[in-house]
Amino acid sequence: MSLSVRIIPCLDVTDGRVVKGVNFTNLVDAGDPVEMASLYNAEGADELTFLDISASVAGRETTLDVVRKTAEQVFIPLTVGGGIRAVEDVDRLLRAGADKVSINTAAIARPELIAEIADRFGSQVLVLSVDARRANTDSGFEVTTHGGRQSASLDALAWVEKACALGVGEILLNSMDADGTRAGYDLGMIKAVRAVSQVPLIASGGAGTQDDFAAALDAGADALLAASIFHFGVHRIGDIKKYLDRSGYPVRKAPRL
Amino acid sequence: MAIAILDYGSGNLRSALRAFERAGREVVLTSDYSTALEAEGLVVPGVGAFGACMAGLKSVRGDELVRERISLARPTIGICVGMQILFAHGVEHGAHEGVAIWPPTVEKLEAKVLPHMGWNTVNAAEGSQLFKGVEGESFYFVHSYGVTERIESAALQSWTDYDSRFLAAIEDGVMSATQFHPEKSGDAGLHLIKNWVSTL
Repeated sequence: MSLSVRIIPCLDVTDGRVVKGVNFTNLVDAGDPVEMASLYNAEGADELTFLDISASVAGRETTLDVVRKTAEQVFIPLTVGGGIRAVEDVDRLLRAGADKVSINTAAIARPELIAEIADRFGSQVLVLSVDARRANTDSGFEVTTHGGRQSASLDALAWVEKACALGVGEILLNSMDADGTRAGYDLGMIKAVRAVSQVPLIASGGAGTQDDFAAALDAGADALLAASIFHFGVHRIGDIKKYLDRSGYPVRKAPRL
Repeated sequence: MAIAILDYGSGNLRSALRAFERAGREVVLTSDYSTALEAEGLVVPGVGAFGACMAGLKSVRGDELVRERISLARPTIGICVGMQILFAHGVEHGAHEGVAIWPPTVEKLEAKVLPHMGWNTVNAAEGSQLFKGVEGESFYFVHSYGVTERIESAALQSWTDYDSRFLAAIEDGVMSATQFHPEKSGDAGLHLIKNWVSTL
């Protein structure tokens, strides 16, 4: 056997509730993040990601509580992103029960934050989230902010190389062009980022069919993150794993497959 | 006290605490020497890089603690970097001395993509108590360093492949260690933790 590919559902959380399109029928409360985390764990999720989109300090405090409760019940790795500006934010999240944190805007604004976090907690806790799109830059890809609406005036590949040198342990590559289209991952972008990085690469944005997942792995992704297609039941995690298993990719069996 | 988890730095110890509690025993997080010494079972988690982890361990006299527990035949398990610092040397961010329960050096893994991050299977040693009932399962790893050299003793050694082969777990008398995180390895990890607790 070898290292399994990872399937990672992402939950947007604000003020302690899951938001943005959740359509489960077999949950008592579709907005409860702890309950959804347990369900995805039972379906075979290899990790979980919470994206905290709270706008207030009180909302972020509530997220810490969600992380605490999840970590007490779900024994798989938990990544939390959103609103991390300083080493102290990371410390609070890790103490609450997160295993990794993802940073995006704050690292663009102040790249030294990457080294500060990696030096204190190790590279393995730090995921760099890169919202990228095709553009007229050196590599043909640029970094965006504000959910893809604004250019960060950064070449995406140059940014990835710099962030790796500063100590990120993993890259979450979100294609802003493919996001929400269900027309497939941006395979060219995955290949390009894979070529300049030696840390694990999580692909995100554009998954529609089961073949799309396999294609992203062939392009060089180590893990696949998705949100709405899981929340709306377009694909079940267990079904994707069965498909990948039959196609010859190493997967971890779901606990209740 | 049944089980103590040695607290000697920041990091996620909450999952470890809850996972060991699931095995049905009382668990405490402590940095107190005598509490950790008297516990039936001691868990040494791993925090950060080898050097930082060793420095943290020494700050609570964890190195002495582990040796004294061995002399009293009290079980201890090291997890991730908590396994690595039980070897004689580490080379992460410079050369460092470990607790030296086992002689090999912890070296950077030879692999195309590092850290080795995710779920991988373990080739469990014959007669392993830890892996009883979860021999074919996957466990969650996050590390860039490991031991590739076989230990020259009777210790049970279980291996994992990631481009090359490294030690995934050791069972050596009262000392156990896993390179993976059982507390993050779902049902298989909880099963392995129960196996260890059942030896106490």
